[in-house]
Amino acid sequence: MAHRWRNDLTHEDVTPRTAWLNRRQIIGGLAGAGLAAMVGPGRAETLEPNSWEEITSYNNFYEFGTGKSDPAENAGALTTRPWTVRIDGMVDRPGDYDFDTIMRKMTMEERIYRFRCVETWSMVVPWNGFELADLLDLAGVQDGARYVAFETLFRPTEMPGQRLPILDWPYVEGLRLDEARHPLTIMATGIYGKPLPNQNGAPLRLVVPWKYGFKSIKSVVRITLTDTQPPTTWNTIGPDEYGFYANVNPNVDHPRWSQATERRIGGGLFSRRKPTLMFNGYEAEVASLYEGMDLKKNY
Amino acid sequence: MVVVWINDRLRRIPIWAVYLCGGLYAPYLFWQGATGGLGVEPIRELERALGLFALKLLVAGLAISPARRLAGVNLLRFRRAVGLLAFGYVCVHLLVWLVLDVQSLPLIWADIVKRPYVTIGMAAFVLLIPLAATSNDRSLRRLGPVRWRRLHRLVYPAVLLAGLHYATLVKGLPIQPIAWLAAISFLLMLRLRPFGRPSRV
Ligand code: HEM
Repeated sequence: MAHRWRNDLTHEDVTPRTAWLNRRQIIGGLAGAGLAAMVGPGRAETLEPNSWEEITSYNNFYEFGTGKSDPAENAGALTTRPWTVRIDGMVDRPGDYDFDTIMRKMTMEERIYRFRCVETWSMVVPWNGFELADLLDLAGVQDGARYVAFETLFRPTEMPGQRLPILDWPYVEGLRLDEARHPLTIMATGIYGKPLPNQNGAPLRLVVPWKYGFKSIKSVVRITLTDTQPPTTWNTIGPDEYGFYANVNPNVDHPRWSQATERRIGGGLFSRRKPTLMFNGYEAEVASLYEGMDLKKNY
Repeated sequence: MVVVWINDRLRRIPIWAVYLCGGLYAPYLFWQGATGGLGVEPIRELERALGLFALKLLVAGLAISPARRLAGVNLLRFRRAVGLLAFGYVCVHLLVWLVLDVQSLPLIWADIVKRPYVTIGMAAFVLLIPLAATSNDRSLRRLGPVRWRRLHRLVYPAVLLAGLHYATLVKGLPIQPIAWLAAISFLLMLRLRPFGRPSRV
C-alpha cells in the first residue's frame, strides 16, 4: 500500500509552518533529524506506520468498554452525523460549529506520528487532520485565555460503557493554550486517508503526539477556552498517577510501572521492547514549552 | 436427587482428564498468539489469559470444600489436580512475563521490588511453591494430615494476594477484579468459625 515513506527530512524541513501545508510527511522528531544532519539524508530514522488493522482493532475508548477490542466491537452504533462542536468560553465567536463546515474551512494534512500509550504500548499512526490552532482561530481566542478544555460526546444509548460508572462521564481533557496552539497538535479526522473509524474517535479527535494517549481525547463535542486549568478525567481519578501534563517521559515512571520502555504493536509474540524517547521523540519541537519546569513534579 | 446424580457422574471422570483438559489451554493460547488469534498485542494478551486462568483455577480450588459442605457436590478428588494446574499456569504466566514481556534482568529485578502488583504477584507465587511441592501422596504421608492441612492453609493468603495483584495492575477500577476479590473474600469468609466450618480434626 501507499504511505510507506522514509523519513529523510531534517528538522528544518518540518519546522516552518508553510512546509507543512498540503504536504505529506513523516515527523520523526529530532532523533531522526539529528541523525540526518550528521550522516546525511537516507540514514535517518524510519517510521513505518502500523497497519489499518492494528490501528483500528486495539483501542482504549472506555465509552465502548474497557477491553482493547471492545471499541472495535461496540462503536459501530455511534452516529457521527450530524455532528457539531461547541466552541465557547473566552472566544470572540462562540457557537456550535458544524463538523462538515469545519472540514471545508480547515487545511487537511497527513501527519505520521508516534503514539505512546501510558500502558507502555505504542504505534505509529498516519493521521489526517488539521492543526488545532486553525480551529481556535476560527473561533477567535480572546486575550487572557490560557487553557483549552475538551469534552467527549455523552450519549449512553450509543456508548454502552457510559452506562457504567467506569469513569466520571463525560470524558474531559485539557491543554495549556501554548500546547494547544503548537503546530504538532492536530485534530485528526482520518487515518490512511479514510474517515476516522468510530473506535478511533470519529468524527474528530485531538492528537498530541508528545503526550500519553489518554490526553488525545476522542469524539470531541466541546472545546472551551478558559483562564484556569481545567479538570481532566484520568487526573481526577488518580492524581498521583496521571498528571495534567502527561508528557511522554522515560525518566518519570508511573507509580505502578516503568515508562522507560515500550512495545510497538504488531511485532508478534517475540517482539522486543524498545526505549521510550523523551517527549515521545518530539523533544526538539516541544521541550521549550516546558523550560524551567520540574517535569518530575509536573508529570 | 440431582446431587446424587451429579456426584455419580463426577466419579466417572478420570483425574487425568482434568489434567489433560486444563493443561491443553496453555499450548492452545501459545498457538493462538503465534497465529494472530490473540490480536495485535499477543504478549500481553497471553500473559493476561494465563494469569486469569490461574486465578480461576485457584478460586475453583477454594470452592471445592464449600461446594461439598453447602451443596453436597463432591469434587474433592479433583482438588489436587486443580491446585497443581493452577500452580502450573502461574509458572507459565511468570515465564511469559520474564521471557517474552520484560526480557531484561535489571528491569525484572526493578519491577519485583518497585512495582507493588509484581511484588504482590511474586508473594502469591512464593506462597504457592511449598503447596505445589507437597501436593503428592508421599508428602502427605510424611507430614501427616494435621501438619499438611496446616501448611496448605497458605493457599488462603496466596489467593487473596492473587486477587489483589489483579486489582492493583488495572487502570482505574473496572468491575472484573473487584468481582474476583469479592468472590475470594466470600470463599475465605466461609472458612471462618461463625460460618460453620465443621469441627474436623
Ligand atoms: C498466584 C499468582 C498469580 C496469579 C493468580 C496471577 C493472576 C493474574 C491476573 C488475573 C492478571 C490479569 C488478567 C487480566 O487482566 O485479565 C494478571 C496479570 C499480570 N500478572 Fe499475574 N498473577 C500471578 C502472579 C504473577 C507474578 C509472579 C508476576 C510477575 C512477577 C505476574 C505478572 C503479571 C503481569 C505483568 C500481568 C499483566 C499486567 C498488564 O496487563 O500489564 N503475575 N495476573
